[in-house]
Amino acid sequence: MWESFWFEFINFYFIPGLVLGCIYALGAIGITLTFGILRFANFAHGEIMMTSSYLTWEFVLVASSFGLILHPIIGAIPASICAIFLALIVDRFFYKPFRNSPTIMIVIASFGMMLIIRSLVQVIWGPNQITFVKGIAKPNQVIKDFTSNFDMMLLIPNKHISILLGTIMIMLVFNYLLSSTKIGKGMRAVSDNPNLAEVSGINVENIVKATWVVGGFCAAAAGVFLALDTQFIESTMGFRMLLPMFAAAILGGIGRPFGAVAGGLIIGLAEELSAYPWLGNGPVISPGYKSGVAFSIMVLMLIFRPSGLFRGKVF
Amino acid sequence: MDIFLGYFLYAMSLLTVGGIYALLALGLNVQWGFAGLFNAGVAGFAAIGAYTYALLTTAESQFHFGGLELPLVVGDILAMIFAGIVATIIGLICIRLRADYLAIATIGIAEIIKLILKNETDITNGPRGINKIPRTWEHFTEERFYTNFPMNLFLNQKGWEAFFASIPKWWWQPFFAITIVLIVIVIYFFLEKLRVSPWGRMMTAIRENEKAAAAAGKNVTKRRIEAFILGSVIMGLAGAFLGQHLRLIEPTQTFDPSKMTFLVWVMLIAGGSGNNKGAILGAFLIWFVWSSSELVTNGVIEILATMFDSVDISILKNRAGFIRMLFIGLLLQLILQRFPKGILPEKRPAISGKN
Repeated sequence: MWESFWFEFINFYFIPGLVLGCIYALGAIGITLTFGILRFANFAHGEIMMTSSYLTWEFVLVASSFGLILHPIIGAIPASICAIFLALIVDRFFYKPFRNSPTIMIVIASFGMMLIIRSLVQVIWGPNQITFVKGIAKPNQVIKDFTSNFDMMLLIPNKHISILLGTIMIMLVFNYLLSSTKIGKGMRAVSDNPNLAEVSGINVENIVKATWVVGGFCAAAAGVFLALDTQFIESTMGFRMLLPMFAAAILGGIGRPFGAVAGGLIIGLAEELSAYPWLGNGPVISPGYKSGVAFSIMVLMLIFRPSGLFRGKVF
Repeated sequence: MDIFLGYFLYAMSLLTVGGIYALLALGLNVQWGFAGLFNAGVAGFAAIGAYTYALLTTAESQFHFGGLELPLVVGDILAMIFAGIVATIIGLICIRLRADYLAIATIGIAEIIKLILKNETDITNGPRGINKIPRTWEHFTEERFYTNFPMNLFLNQKGWEAFFASIPKWWWQPFFAITIVLIVIVIYFFLEKLRVSPWGRMMTAIRENEKAAAAAGKNVTKRRIEAFILGSVIMGLAGAFLGQHLRLIEPTQTFDPSKMTFLVWVMLIAGGSGNNKGAILGAFLIWFVWSSSELVTNGVIEILATMFDSVDISILKNRAGFIRMLFIGLLLQLILQRFPKGILPEKRPAISGKN
């Protein structure tokens, strides 16, 4: 029996939470990798997300001027390549000079990069919101009909299906990369102990580059998925994502990419479910304070279990 | 004469806002320069100060909590106290975190403070903000002040109206600027005393080598919380003056992290973190660069517009602010890479206590 409780809970709280969680998870992968391997909190990560969604929008727009109607996910392919190059350029010119300085220098530099990238985007595309995808997202009819036969109607818009499937695919590739390739093993080694990795013949600079490539790609995917979900892009979207992504990375344990994924899903679900009327009629936490949920989880983790759920590193 | 008056008033407003930023930079210097605490939530503490001051001193309004109409000085002091209370709570929770984590946590705190200001519409009027905040000196020209104690002892309403009509309208501007500069100077001397005091040396010791300081029997956590609170109190005062200067505050635009937090960081690093003089110098210098760059970018846009008729100036004008922010960001990167110690590097207190 598909009661009204489950219908409402699954369709309007659980699935949006899962989708949001996927976006956080992809973003948190990059943060946890750079935190684990380069040992600093990269504040500019959200801006790379934001830039890639603007680039995607631009590519789709340019293509349509040639008469090509591209799905944003196709437009995301060149955009993610640009995002990877952006991450590499930022590293080369703004982070690399501080490799041997105290970590706080590089944190300040990334803090500055956050503003530089954001103002660059605002100069190019202006400060206003841009509609990314037009129209109201209708639930997928096939799934709706199919699940209604079992008396458990699921209303999932196509955008959510593509985000969920896209995240799963990226995760599978990422899992293969990290567990079976040389570069992935190198990344894990550097993350565990950079000095030991270096003396055992791993080229740390290459690993750092690979980290930016992976992190940049995941950030680009997260940015495009976020834009698909909310259907608009604005220059502060990366900054809004930053805190939940850090929360996800810390929750999962710094340097633990799969922990970050779990953390992202937990944070995403927690944010959406906090608005569910668990007690009485009104939402437990007013939707205006939704972004406070991620923050509270993060602070609690930092105080009581700074190594995160999956025994990450503590600096 | 009018041109000179214009320049004079422009200089006064530069001095006013530069002074407010100097206060913020001094507060950040206590946290970062003295104690090595990375506070990325300067805007949040300034917002607390500004809102506390505004809610306590503005006239009654149907839009927000208020009508207490406390004396302005009381408003300033309570702004400091309230910022200090919030900093104490945050300090007790977050101070043990390492620099990166503290930065993330303080960014979060600033966002939460803004969320509260935005959502508690009954108290703060939400995104529409608080208007008509009384400004030190200028408030004497408001009717509710000159008809009440103590101003009504000297002249009656008619007398004050005639008096204010007889002096130029901008009379309060130099007084306001000088008041702020005086406060900057007082806080500067206080912090200089503090820096060479045993407390200040302990801060340096903790910042440079926390373990050694702890082994020497210093209460590291307590000292760091103290520095965090002191810095936030100064930021709260700066916020109160910012509220007075702007007269209209609202949560998002006024306390935009790029203009409040980030610019203050650039100021402190440019001036020299750990050096109070450097913090003040950096604040005025960067504020001067920032506000004069507005003139420069506008000039460049005018020139471009005359050179190319096809250029749409309105778009450029809209985006000029972001170009300036971009340059300030690049300036920070340049300073960080080339002159990481800033214009006035930190001077360590000499053993004799004289410096």
